[in-house]
Amino acid sequence: MSFYGLVDGTDTSLKNYLGSLSGVDQVGADARAAMLATRSIKTTSKRWAIDMAISMVDLTTLEGADTVGKVQALCTKAVRPDPTDLTVPSVGAVCVYNDMVATARKHLDLVGGQHVGVAAVSTAFPSGRASMPVKLRDTRDALDAGASEIDMVIDRGAFLSGHYIDVFNEIVAIKELCGTRAHLKVIFETGELVTYDNVRKASFLAMAAGADFIKTSTGKIAPAATAPVVLVMLEAVRDFYSMTQQRIGVKPAGGIRNTKDAIKQLVLVNETAGPEWLTPSLFRIGASALLNDLLMQRMKMDTGYYASPAYVTID
Amino acid sequence: MSNRIDVKKTYKLFINGVFPRTESGRTYEVKSAKGSFIANPCLASRKDLKDAVVAARAAHHGWNKATAYNKGQILYRLAEMLEGRRAQFVDEIIAVTGATKAKAEKEVSESVDRLVWYAGWSDKISSLSGALNPVAGPYYNFTIPESMGVVAAIAPETPSLLGLIDVIAPIIVSGNTLVVLASSKAPLSAMSFAEVIATSDVPAGVINILTGMKDEIAPWMASHMDIDGFDITGLATKKHAEIRASGAENLKRIFAFKSHDPARILAFMEAKTVWHPIGL
Amino acid sequence: METPVSFDYASAPESRAIVSIKPKYGHFIAGKFVAGSKHFPTINPATEEVLSHIALAGKAEVDAAVKAARKAYTTTWSKMSGKERGKYLFRIARIMQERAREFAVLETLDNGKPIRESRDVDIPLAAAHFFYHAGWADKLEFAGLGTSTKPHGVAGQIIPWNFPLLMLAWKVAPALATGNTVVLKPAESTSLTALLFAEVCQQAELPAGVVNIVTGDGSTGALIVNHPGIDKIAFTGSTEVGKIIARAVASTPKSVTLELGGKAANIIFDDAAIDEAVEGIVNGIFFNQGHVCCAGSRLILQENVADEVLEKLKVRMAKIRIGDPMDKNTDVGAINSKEQLAKIIELTAAGDAEGAQRWSAPCELPSKGFWFAPTIFTGVTQAHRIAREEIFGPVLSVLTFRTPQEGIDKANNTPFGLSAGVWSEKGSRILWATQQLRAGVVWANTFNKFDPTSPFGGYKESGWGREGGRHGLSAYLKGVGHE
Repeated sequence: MSFYGLVDGTDTSLKNYLGSLSGVDQVGADARAAMLATRSIKTTSKRWAIDMAISMVDLTTLEGADTVGKVQALCTKAVRPDPTDLTVPSVGAVCVYNDMVATARKHLDLVGGQHVGVAAVSTAFPSGRASMPVKLRDTRDALDAGASEIDMVIDRGAFLSGHYIDVFNEIVAIKELCGTRAHLKVIFETGELVTYDNVRKASFLAMAAGADFIKTSTGKIAPAATAPVVLVMLEAVRDFYSMTQQRIGVKPAGGIRNTKDAIKQLVLVNETAGPEWLTPSLFRIGASALLNDLLMQRMKMDTGYYASPAYVTID
Repeated sequence: MSNRIDVKKTYKLFINGVFPRTESGRTYEVKSAKGSFIANPCLASRKDLKDAVVAARAAHHGWNKATAYNKGQILYRLAEMLEGRRAQFVDEIIAVTGATKAKAEKEVSESVDRLVWYAGWSDKISSLSGALNPVAGPYYNFTIPESMGVVAAIAPETPSLLGLIDVIAPIIVSGNTLVVLASSKAPLSAMSFAEVIATSDVPAGVINILTGMKDEIAPWMASHMDIDGFDITGLATKKHAEIRASGAENLKRIFAFKSHDPARILAFMEAKTVWHPIGL
Repeated sequence: METPVSFDYASAPESRAIVSIKPKYGHFIAGKFVAGSKHFPTINPATEEVLSHIALAGKAEVDAAVKAARKAYTTTWSKMSGKERGKYLFRIARIMQERAREFAVLETLDNGKPIRESRDVDIPLAAAHFFYHAGWADKLEFAGLGTSTKPHGVAGQIIPWNFPLLMLAWKVAPALATGNTVVLKPAESTSLTALLFAEVCQQAELPAGVVNIVTGDGSTGALIVNHPGIDKIAFTGSTEVGKIIARAVASTPKSVTLELGGKAANIIFDDAAIDEAVEGIVNGIFFNQGHVCCAGSRLILQENVADEVLEKLKVRMAKIRIGDPMDKNTDVGAINSKEQLAKIIELTAAGDAEGAQRWSAPCELPSKGFWFAPTIFTGVTQAHRIAREEIFGPVLSVLTFRTPQEGIDKANNTPFGLSAGVWSEKGSRILWATQQLRAGVVWANTFNKFDPTSPFGGYKESGWGREGGRHGLSAYLKGVGHE
């Protein structure tokens, strides 16, 4: 087996590959991310950036209390975020637990959202603590129900105990299952990996194993998609591209609640991975509350007045 | 009285751990306090100075790297060796300066004690003059004094031994290497002290001793571009301005001292500040 | 959706409205602004707009300033308790914080540095220096080994144009905290923030004559250096002028500190955190247009990572935003003066002539003002002029090494010794390199960081003494035990 010619599937080759990565200096990465956060963008670009951010949102509901009604409402909003303004683009995907995939797919199709994907969180989300047959079954369930994107979690326990090959093999197996049916996003739960060195290592591990996207977090653990973590992951996809000519996507999820945060993310993308990544096929933002703030900012740009939450729909 | 003829010593320079004659072939006469001939020490030249600086520069890396504990022990060893040969030093001081035996013995005793005093500073100066700086950011920041490099010195005319020790000890205890010009009128103490150095554990080149004339050697020391610091304690005050102006060519650190204290050690040390991030 | 051609950053210019610049300035002597006789224009180097006219102090003005400083020293300042002196410094620190934006805008207009740097670095650090030293004023007896608690008297201080207000703070704060009075001369091309600082002294009700500011050029500086009424000289500037000063004071009892040039090595080992190292390289040489005495102007790369680092460096350099210093998105601003630009052009031409390979970040330079694109030279050896002489601009010379000792030897192979950088993820190697480097400041896995608590200053021809921290304070106190 060869994975981009980087790893041959053995523990040794994986360890050599991960061992060749340079470290990340936390203070330096924090400083770079903070500096980029001071960039302000042009008004015309800001309007574009808001629409781009909307189209990158994976509109998410991942609650024990999710119901068919809640998911249907979410899907309607995903297709037409602002029913009064049809120039607002649809979001990138809705993101649900896999028992809601069929409901979401059906409702999206019903409201004209054939172009909006359904992402299912998988492999015993959010903890990843289940046996491999269960994880495979979990994923197959989601695929069969119509998921076009699989957001799997890695086994952080295996990662932290140094069993990288186990993490690698899980990703390989899930990727194989996804085949051409679904894109694979690999969630690290960076809040549990803690160090940027680990984030970088996990990024390169997941990319070599076949991830289409690397994703920061489940949204269940803080800290989640902090700017420096996203910076480190964007550096990883940039470097992976120069090694393999393959562009891997990045999805920050958790903690991005307003337009300012979202635009800072786009600045990070532009400055780090480059403008080629400024597309929903290579950058997604996992969020729920963010969408309404983006809509309010959009209204403000159109009218010149600060908007009120009364004019945007609640989920 | 014995009829035995004395074996007299030829006084030479001390460069890189050995005793060469001056390359210039020049000597000058040192007389006793009563005017009788004592010795023809070398009249060191500019080239002798150059050779001594080369030796000192080569020795710096190793001496600087020696642990403070080690340097302290070596200075203490000098004190031990001086103590063991105190009679010779007493005799030479009496012969050259005409001092009383009591006065000469006092000077030798103080010299031994002064070496011991400076020896003890080797592993204390850094902790007393260094600092941990509480900067406003996620950085570990500390300042440590380090040796400056090669230091030149003009030892005072008198007291010829104690004055020499007061020049040598604070300069080398921090890790500097030294080229010192001994008292012109009373160089015997210095050249005998070179024998003490040679038989102790001071690495070759750490202390180099020249004999000769201040007015000739001091300007060469001041203008030498590979000398980092210059102790002009032994130079007449009226000469200081000219020497300082000449030393400006490589921004030599030039000082003259009035007392023995830790400031004398620190004068020929450079403070180095180091920053490092604190992070995971 | 259509992707726009580029993701444009806004021109987000800081408002100029906050500053009011007078058409003409005098000197600040004995607590009052006094008219100057001759004047010269000061310009915004980003636009060449004449901002104001600055007075050129001659003998009469310098005499008056020294006299005022002496009077303030003998009658007021040396008699005041440290506790009270300190309160004036706290006041100054606070007023500088209150008027920080005004200072930042004025600094950027007069100097050409990006507003992001004047706002986030220069001005906050300047205020921090006063705050730090304020606390020393009543604690001098604890200031350490080998120092007395006695001030020198009148300090003559001459500062450069690269960090105008910050260098003022580095000089004035410790002088005042230790009980000295001051005659300060800002650089010819950047006097405006010093003159605004004079207003701060007035607002703080600092006793008249404690701080005197005379403006002018090198001739004014020489009058200060040679003035018999001055006890202590503090200078920041070129090594060339530093040596002139050292000679000039050789026959006087004046105490001197000098903060001079540098040619700092930034050493990248193969186990460095490469992305952060690249940031550190950029920050090391392009911060403040490279007008930094401690700039990391020699990049010393381990050969086995040289290609990777250079490739990443070029990608990163292409992202540098050069242009209007008042734009909050600008990373690199204007070269401070026509003369400095000419010097940079001359030295880089020498780099070409000596066969080094030039690469400049692709960027459009404004048509007016003084500009130089961020540039690196590869294929540089120790024998190139651009590896030895201080360029004082956004120009990086790249050298390589094979073994750690070779890297250190190249780093130390210079008459300068101000600063150095070292990048490695291996703790013992960092400490080893730090110990070997003959430089007064070593930044390990970071670069160009400054703090009032942290001593700054150079070995060898980079100067005499330290500024900042306990070590910097001692330069303003009489030494004990030596002359």
